[in-house]
Amino acid sequence: MQELINIFVKSIFIENMIFAYFLGMCSYLAVSKTVKTGVGLGLAVTFVLTITLPVNYLLENYVLKEGALSWLDPEFVEVDLSFLSFIMFIAVIASMVQLVEMVVEKFAPALYSALGIFLPLIAVNCSILGGSLFMQERAYTSITQATVFGFGSGIGWLLAVVAIAAIRERLKYSHVPGPLRGLGITFIITGLMGMAFMSFMGIKL
Amino acid sequence: MSKAMEKTAREPLFSKKNRRLLIDPMNENNPITVQVLGICSALAITVKMKPALVMGISVIVVMAAANVLTSLLRNLIPNRIRIIVQLVVVALMVILVDQVLKAFVYDVSKELSVFVGLIITNCIIMGRIEAFSLGNSPWKAFLDGVGNGVAYAGILLLVAFFRELLGNGTLFDYPIMAQLGVYDMGYTNNGMMLLPPMALIVVAIVIWIQRAKTPSLIEKD
Repeated sequence: MQELINIFVKSIFIENMIFAYFLGMCSYLAVSKTVKTGVGLGLAVTFVLTITLPVNYLLENYVLKEGALSWLDPEFVEVDLSFLSFIMFIAVIASMVQLVEMVVEKFAPALYSALGIFLPLIAVNCSILGGSLFMQERAYTSITQATVFGFGSGIGWLLAVVAIAAIRERLKYSHVPGPLRGLGITFIITGLMGMAFMSFMGIKL
Repeated sequence: MSKAMEKTAREPLFSKKNRRLLIDPMNENNPITVQVLGICSALAITVKMKPALVMGISVIVVMAAANVLTSLLRNLIPNRIRIIVQLVVVALMVILVDQVLKAFVYDVSKELSVFVGLIITNCIIMGRIEAFSLGNSPWKAFLDGVGNGVAYAGILLLVAFFRELLGNGTLFDYPIMAQLGVYDMGYTNNGMMLLPPMALIVVAIVIWIQRAKTPSLIEKD
């Protein structure tokens, strides 16, 4: 239990997807103009991360990893399919996003129209694929750990996007030098927020 | 149809329009600073010149190849599932690049870690496929891919140059600052440059300078 809490806190603050790895920056910059869209996409990203990570974990450990296929037949112990992991992960993510889109459209049409174009775009959000690749690289030992890591990363992403959206809403009323307006100042503020988040690095978990 | 074919056949390989495809991304239509595509990897792997160079070359290769392939397939791909088809095409190219990197420059490939895989979801590639190669001939798509890829690599190297020089005092691991002897004059490396937040600020400064030079890019309120 303690370990799970550690992974959770770590993935939100210390290894924040945006401030430590810059994953999902494109959509982060695109949707952070207002808090409302930021929250919508943040929730969708959290949701998709939480369901794709366990699926990819199973895929990694029972199909792709070296010797992972030995449950099928002891002969397969030497088979290493890990070079296929990119294409398998992205296929899982794309189909999960499609599935989520259909479910949301059917059961929560209001949410569906609120998320609009952002939902299908999650498939190409680097933080989702990044989550799966980090899971592979760090070799989490159980499916629960992988799920908690996915959920925490999603929450961290949500937190970051909501924070920057709130700042950008305020920024409209200030006098930013012309060439810095829009993109430039958002970068600088993200950098400053990243520095603030770096103070969490001292925490040993 | 045949008329259109004739027209494209007669157009020289490097006509003025085609050259613009190659040159535009360098400044007015830069993928990173103007189109805001592919930021993720641009920031994460610019601590040193060498990984940045390898990443830049990988992206150019993947982009040119994926652009040509999707452009060849553009009349066959059903509109509804085009995103998945594009992802598969790009993933295929990335797997090839990843295997080549692992075989020939293993240490750099370890240093790039997940970011080679993340070329798949690099918005610059998906963005150019969506916006350009699905509606244009393979040669044009190739030029567009190379142009955007080179512009992307250029920004990567520019950011990496300042971060490695100021943060580590080296360039391509060559200790240039020590050779110049500035350490004896009391100069010290600024370790801050190596940390993630400074990447954002260096890119912001690049954007600032570029927009100040090209006022047409300044955003309106």
